[in-house]
Amino acid sequence: MSLLGDRQQLAYIASQAADARVNVELETEGMTLNIGPQHPATHGTLRIIARLDGEQVIWAEPSAGYMHRGYEKLTEVRTYPQVTSLVNRIDWLGSFANEVPFILAAEKLMGVEAPSRAQHIRTILFELSRIANVSLFLGDLGVQLGAITPVFFAFRDREYVLNLIEGATGGRFHPNFDRIGGLKEDLPAGFIDETRNVMKKLRTFCDQIEDLLFGNEIFQSRTRGIGVIPKDVALQYGMSGANLRASGVDWDLRRDQSLPMAWDKADWKVITHPDGDSFARCWVRLQEVRESTRIVDQLLDTIPAGPVMAKVPKIIKVPEGEAWVSTENPLGEMGYYVVSQGDMGPFRVKIRSASFNNISIVPWLLKGVYVPDIITILASLYFILGDIDR
Amino acid sequence: MFPLSSTTDSTTDAPRDEIRDSEIARVIAALDGAVLDSLVKANDDMWIRVSPDAWVTTGNTLKSLGYSYFCFLSAIDWMPSPFGKGEDDPTAPPKERETAVKQGYAGGSTRFQVLARVMQPFSSLGINIKVDVDETAMAIDSWCGVFAGANWHERETHEMFGIGFHGHPDLRNMYLPTDFEGHPMRKDFPLLARIVKPWPGIVDVEPLPGDDDEEEGAAS
Repeated sequence: MSLLGDRQQLAYIASQAADARVNVELETEGMTLNIGPQHPATHGTLRIIARLDGEQVIWAEPSAGYMHRGYEKLTEVRTYPQVTSLVNRIDWLGSFANEVPFILAAEKLMGVEAPSRAQHIRTILFELSRIANVSLFLGDLGVQLGAITPVFFAFRDREYVLNLIEGATGGRFHPNFDRIGGLKEDLPAGFIDETRNVMKKLRTFCDQIEDLLFGNEIFQSRTRGIGVIPKDVALQYGMSGANLRASGVDWDLRRDQSLPMAWDKADWKVITHPDGDSFARCWVRLQEVRESTRIVDQLLDTIPAGPVMAKVPKIIKVPEGEAWVSTENPLGEMGYYVVSQGDMGPFRVKIRSASFNNISIVPWLLKGVYVPDIITILASLYFILGDIDR
Repeated sequence: MFPLSSTTDSTTDAPRDEIRDSEIARVIAALDGAVLDSLVKANDDMWIRVSPDAWVTTGNTLKSLGYSYFCFLSAIDWMPSPFGKGEDDPTAPPKERETAVKQGYAGGSTRFQVLARVMQPFSSLGINIKVDVDETAMAIDSWCGVFAGANWHERETHEMFGIGFHGHPDLRNMYLPTDFEGHPMRKDFPLLARIVKPWPGIVDVEPLPGDDDEEEGAAS
């Protein structure tokens, strides 16, 4: 019996060796794998064409443009106040954060500054949209790696934040609340207490996600050392936000740029990670949600009294000039280059969105990785299709 | 103090920004004559315009000066739109409009200008670089070899403005169909939605259906 077993084993080994020899002798043929046009977690429709050699990607190319809406052209036929409702829809998970840099650019050209109360509330809403955006990322991350639970937690807890945004602005997804010179309205009654409660819930959510995902061995083995982006490559591709900080670049526009916002009034840390791999990118985002809840908590204590709107003319005409303003949005650096020729609408607006640059590294990054890692890497880069195509 | 450019007027009491003034002086010196014009707005931003021949050198020099973060690359069409704000009545004869091309900061002499921005991480100083694009050649050199991230930005600029980039590996369309004719971001490319149907925003107050009924009721 045992002899037969040994013989079988030997035969098996011999056949394996023969197969291996044949494989070496045969020329393997490449295969083209088409992923999409459907993102695994439907942040929009992105198509990735990957050329495979066995399990390895030898060439990959994302094909964007399924959602191009031509916002840069549309801004040229809109007035300044109308543009905010367009730019809302660029990164739809953190819409309020999209409005802020455009309004700041228009204010810079007009020489208007929002009252300090408005700056404070802007910063609070900005951070709330970051929390709403990135908490959904943390849930989606699980789904894309085959874990179902985190996404339920994420949708549940994001809803609390969206309720806050809706309570203050009237819109869950598209607030259109920012105005040149301030905000549309003041905060509703009870907003401060409710926000404090929600921030507590969100910190619990972060702990849960950390326990569920980040401590998980499968998650770690699928993300550690996968998709490493060195610092200099990240910079020359113009990667920004958590993706850049995960490569060890200690740069946060909230801290390093002087804008009429209230980030400098709170005590918080810029999170970086030296590794630059998928795990680092996810981890930095998780910690940033925690920091954001801390920022919101501190700012709630110190909202100054006063009006929320500066004196601006009814019909807004922006003087001639050019201005660039960018902020540290949930996805990265979001900026507007606004050219005005003294009209009621902008002459040209260049929208620099974070995901466009963040995803342009994909052909470089996917070279040589294995098929299952494509999903992990794309998930950790975190893009939103509206933010790529504009 | 520092060699200031023609557009920076040193006689007025405008606020001075020593960091940016010295930074732009450093850039101008390093670029060695390639800078045609420059502008510093105090506590705001820096602009330079370089000669088209020195476009790639500019990128490399700025990179070596610490501007290692590539922010964006795009173009500006300085021609005033022949369609105005797209609010004309399509049935009326076309209106007479201003046609003179007027460039913005740091000047220029051509209708199209390529605009790029690079930044110094850590100091957060950014610099906007403009370059004139000659209308007969309609092309400049590619920055792909300098900043890898310029690849997609140049593809977008190529399809939207029709500006070519010498040395770009692959100038395929990103958004538009391959056989699409025209360059949508040019000012003389009409926004068709506004051409085929008058923009409802022209009418200041649109009568609501209910208002009409009331008027009829009051009349009868």
